[in-house]
Amino acid sequence: MSLYRTELRRLGKRRLTRWMTLLGVLVIGAVIVGTFFTNQKIGPEQRAAAVAEAEQQYQEQVTQAEQERAACVQAKASGQETPEGRYPEDCAAIEAPPRGSIQPEWFLPSTFDFRKGFEETIVTFTAIVALLGFLVGGSFVGAEWSSGGMMNLLLWRPRRLTVLLTKLGALLTGTVAVTVAAATVWTAGYWLVGTLRGSTATMTSGAWQSFALTGLRGLVLIVVAVTLGFALASLGRHTAMALGAAIGVAVVGQFGLGIVMAMAGVRFLEAWLLPTYALAWMQKKVTLEDWQSCNVTYYGECKPDTLDVTWGQSSILFAAALVVVLGAALVAMRRRDVA
Amino acid sequence: MSAVLEIEGLRKTYKSRRRGVRHALDGFDMRVEQGQVHGFLGPNGSGKTTTLRTLLGLIRPDGGRMAILGQEVPAALPEVVGRVGAIVESPQFFPHFTARDTLSLLAGAGEVPQSRVDEVLELVGLRDRAGERVKTYSLGMKQRLAVASALLKDPKLLILDEPANGLDPGGIREMRTLTRDLANSGMTVLLSSHILGEIQLICDSVTIISLGRRVAYGPVDQVLAEHAGSEVRVRLEAVADLQRAADLLSRAGATVTVRPDHLMLAGVEKTATVSRVLAEHNLYVSELTPVTVDLESVFLELTATAPVPGQHRQVDQSTKVGGAGQPDAAAGGWGA
Ligand SMILES: Nc1ncnc2c1ncn2[C@@H]1O[C@H](COP(=O)(O)OP(=O)(O)O)[C@@H](O)[C@H]1O
Ligand SMILES: [Mg+2]
Repeated sequence: MSLYRTELRRLGKRRLTRWMTLLGVLVIGAVIVGTFFTNQKIGPEQRAAAVAEAEQQYQEQVTQAEQERAACVQAKASGQETPEGRYPEDCAAIEAPPRGSIQPEWFLPSTFDFRKGFEETIVTFTAIVALLGFLVGGSFVGAEWSSGGMMNLLLWRPRRLTVLLTKLGALLTGTVAVTVAAATVWTAGYWLVGTLRGSTATMTSGAWQSFALTGLRGLVLIVVAVTLGFALASLGRHTAMALGAAIGVAVVGQFGLGIVMAMAGVRFLEAWLLPTYALAWMQKKVTLEDWQSCNVTYYGECKPDTLDVTWGQSSILFAAALVVVLGAALVAMRRRDVA
Repeated sequence: MSAVLEIEGLRKTYKSRRRGVRHALDGFDMRVEQGQVHGFLGPNGSGKTTTLRTLLGLIRPDGGRMAILGQEVPAALPEVVGRVGAIVESPQFFPHFTARDTLSLLAGAGEVPQSRVDEVLELVGLRDRAGERVKTYSLGMKQRLAVASALLKDPKLLILDEPANGLDPGGIREMRTLTRDLANSGMTVLLSSHILGEIQLICDSVTIISLGRRVAYGPVDQVLAEHAGSEVRVRLEAVADLQRAADLLSRAGATVTVRPDHLMLAGVEKTATVSRVLAEHNLYVSELTPVTVDLESVFLELTATAPVPGQHRQVDQSTKVGGAGQPDAAAGGWGA
């Protein structure tokens, strides 16, 4: 217990923890403020403006069509050579599109509907926090190893697995606490955006429940990211090890693989990329489409082949990664010579 | 007296794929009695730090047994570690924390009252700089902080690996006084060092290690006496009588070397015999002194690391006991 409390204290004292928390707050604030300024509330005024703009567009089309027909008639009358297909045989065929084809809704300013839009922002939130958490988790134990602090600690607490797992426990406690606080701010922020620059109407307890579940999945993903950062850095006894592994996976495993597979024309190549699985975890399912295999339907549409990546598959992938990396870190901790 | 620390036949082998096997510890023995200041001497790379690391559970041995305060380690390490304060090799701390934070976190992890932090800071002379980040400390200050961290537990056994490293002369003297005071208060201190004057001044007993094996041990006086070679310098009132005296003493069983103005005797049991033999023949002694040795010469002799003019001794060239007693670089080096 004393070790756990001490590790929490250590986590709080770390400058990187503080900076990353600050950075997280700033990014979260920036995203919310950005959404605030790019959205507007829609009232009768905005609706009237949209109707007027649609009407204006329609009038422009009508004018253009008239001019075109006049030019057509004139060209036919003068018997001038015109490029093939420049005008139809019968100039009367040139008509403005029907009025209904230009909808006023197109001209409405973007607005933030809390019920429709909030769930998607939870994915953004998770991505931000998971990234920062990975760094904090890696550095928390990595700096400890590379500075010799871990060796000092082992002179006090020789049970190595207890030490490593207690550190991880403290780290995850901190992560969850900060994440929950940040998520509250995020939700409140978007609620405010909805109230002032959109709508918060039609929220039901079912909708809240669905948000809460998505949020919980986000929290799990964040915990996985933090643990992976921690385990990788402990395995390599350096923060740089976690960073190196992350960059290595991103550049070689994802970017490189993506390019090679794209050139080889692999189908459903997104199925090989990690973000797809993270997204599938968050959204329960991601449907990949292969537009090269076009199955023409009875109605003449093109229906692509599809492949579903489900959150179940994602959970297997992440659990396996966690077991392998954390397991390796624990085994190494037990066995290694600390010099 | 009971042993606070016992090591028997300790072995540690480092394996390297490219350079083969290195026996850092090769059947090393050590015994430290309670209440002693025990010096742990050896040339660079002889295995001192490896011994201490193994003892503290930082590296795993390949053989042998160890006990601290009567309990077998590493098995009982979690139980005894609270009574063992240690610094191993150059002290390392997280550079961005202050000295006080560093100690406070250790105290927290080890369930030591926080009030102890300021006590030890005072003890090692860091009180006024305790609020500064360790990054800004000099080597000597870091060393003091390391000693402070080892003292935090108020240990029964204090292990200091080269504590004088980086200290100024004043600091070395303070460390010496501190060590003595701690020992007087009942603490057992194990002090690894290659500064021999230091060890000779404050240690009750020593263990000398060379290439991973013990080459000498025991109380300082005893180690000195064993290796003094019992040489005696004899001067006579009349230099002209030297040759006659040499003959007499040779006949009495001593090995005599005649020098221009004195004799050097070896193999003399009692110096009194010398004056008696000579007096019987009316030769009068004006000086009769056992030649004193210091720890340094014993150390250099035992480990065979005395400098030879025109040669550059390499780190692994020192005595290997159990071998021919001659410098044997290959045996302890990166062999096959
Ligand atoms: N991690 C390691 N890998 C390989 N060899 C090592 C390692 N640590 C120490 N050694 C070797 O073991 C021997 C003893 O080292 P050490 O105990 O540090 O000596 P010292 O007596 O100077 O403290 C040296 O030859 C050293 O090179
Ligand atoms: Mg050493």
